[in-house]
Amino acid sequence: MEKIMVAVKRVVDYNVRVRVKPDGSGVVTDGVKMSINPFDEIALEEALRIRERGDAAEVIVVSIGSSECQQQLRTGLAMGADRAILVETGQPVEPLAAARVLLKLIEREGVELVILGKQAIDDDNSQTGQMLAALWERPQATFASEIKFADGKATVTREVDAGLEVIEVDLPAVVTTDLRLNEPRYVKLPDIMKAKKKPLDTIAITDLDVTTDAQFKVTNFAPPEQRQKGVMVEDVAGLVKALKDKGLV
Amino acid sequence: MSRILIVAEHDGNSLNAATAKTVSCAADFGVEGIDVVVFAADGAAIAEQAARLTGVTRVIRVDHSANAQPLAAVLAPQVAALAADYSHVLGPSTTFGKDLMPRVAALLGVGQLSDIMDVQSAYTFRRPIYAGNAIITVEAPEDRTLVATVRVASYQAAAEEGAAEIESRDLDVALPEHTRFKEVRGGSSDRPDLQTAPRVVSGGRALGSSENFELIFGFADSIGAAVGASRAAVDAGYVPNELQVGQTGKIIAPELYIAVGISGAIQHLTGIKDAGTIVAINKDGEAPIFEVADIGLVGDLFQVIPELQSALN
Repeated sequence: MEKIMVAVKRVVDYNVRVRVKPDGSGVVTDGVKMSINPFDEIALEEALRIRERGDAAEVIVVSIGSSECQQQLRTGLAMGADRAILVETGQPVEPLAAARVLLKLIEREGVELVILGKQAIDDDNSQTGQMLAALWERPQATFASEIKFADGKATVTREVDAGLEVIEVDLPAVVTTDLRLNEPRYVKLPDIMKAKKKPLDTIAITDLDVTTDAQFKVTNFAPPEQRQKGVMVEDVAGLVKALKDKGLV
Repeated sequence: MSRILIVAEHDGNSLNAATAKTVSCAADFGVEGIDVVVFAADGAAIAEQAARLTGVTRVIRVDHSANAQPLAAVLAPQVAALAADYSHVLGPSTTFGKDLMPRVAALLGVGQLSDIMDVQSAYTFRRPIYAGNAIITVEAPEDRTLVATVRVASYQAAAEEGAAEIESRDLDVALPEHTRFKEVRGGSSDRPDLQTAPRVVSGGRALGSSENFELIFGFADSIGAAVGASRAAVDAGYVPNELQVGQTGKIIAPELYIAVGISGAIQHLTGIKDAGTIVAINKDGEAPIFEVADIGLVGDLFQVIPELQSALN
């Protein structure tokens, strides 16, 4: 195939313990480390491997958000993407709006495969890939742990509640990645230098002629309820007694 | 007109417990009716099970050879065709529902709400974000169909005291042929189901190997518990993916959860915080799992588990 598109979301880093602001207006993001959503990094790694084994010619990495998303796109270029597109907006973008934006880019670029993370670790929605596939009227293969190509088709192994499900989809298609699809490569310093010379185009979201207004209104952020402090027992006898006291054994 | 349509999850033979929990959530909306739709090759037995769920007004049975397997691309246009008669369309927040419901929403041109954990009104909900580190209150627009998934760990299964009518329907919808089911592997087990078992024993990286993980299986079997695992144990290949508990695995709410050799990353804790009692066994007394455990024991799991197993039997 010619082109693969991967979208990356700028999110609070996986290792940051997220805290709710005292006034309930959001979560603390000032001075917090931001990274590529881990599932999107897996998506990009998979696209690069497909290109490296000769099954695709070009990998385009895309992000939707503020100008700061350029950092994540540069990381994507350093990992090995050929070029980057930032769809710039200062507003929050819901999954349906993101899907509409991505569809516009697919149509412009003539993309044959889109690989996305199965969910973003900030809003935990797990929607964009499925919505994009619906709008595009193409197959979706979500939660992928293995992807193989032959004769214009992809055979995808999916991590589902029952175990592993294998489906076959015609291309073009949308694939979303699960954790065990691959282990993303580390970026080396020379690659970061090289990435600075790769093309990164910026498009204003308003120039794409898509409806992106928010449908849902978040009225409050609250910290989760804390579990009550438990007890420590000294040995197995103490554990058995504690379980019996609670009527659990 | 205010009615909810719930898309039933099943394995071709029987209804998944996630559907009964979704019905419980729907009962909190205060709407006029709750209908359940069963898509299957032959949904007779499944539809009868759904009709017994308390709160269900009607079961719609859509039998079609293309519905033999739950392919989102095939089911979504059928759900979308039925949606015109409903104010809300719900599915469980399982891999089935997460795959299907966004596709339904996009076909209807509406957004989708994920993981409802609390219903405040028919259009106001609470749901977790950031692996459960924050709970948001969300208002949905009332002028369009609301498509949503239900965080099933937040709800008890509906009782089985109902007798809803069952109606067979033929839908005149073009079904795509670009997606084909090949097979499902694994998952066949005589052990209790991880998502519904009242007792769960989970193992972590500290087990060290799939051979050592047999210790967890043996102990779980001895107390009739389901087996779970941390992401680290699954990534290391000790157990298959369907045992993973946490943000990106299964969210569970057993009465008793025993975490063995699991340090307790926030991504794991979000999967168990609705458990009745959490027991942690870990040799590192500083492990974060002890912050959420109701009962904690610092010790070597390879000594503690055999001892515990014989003490309980």
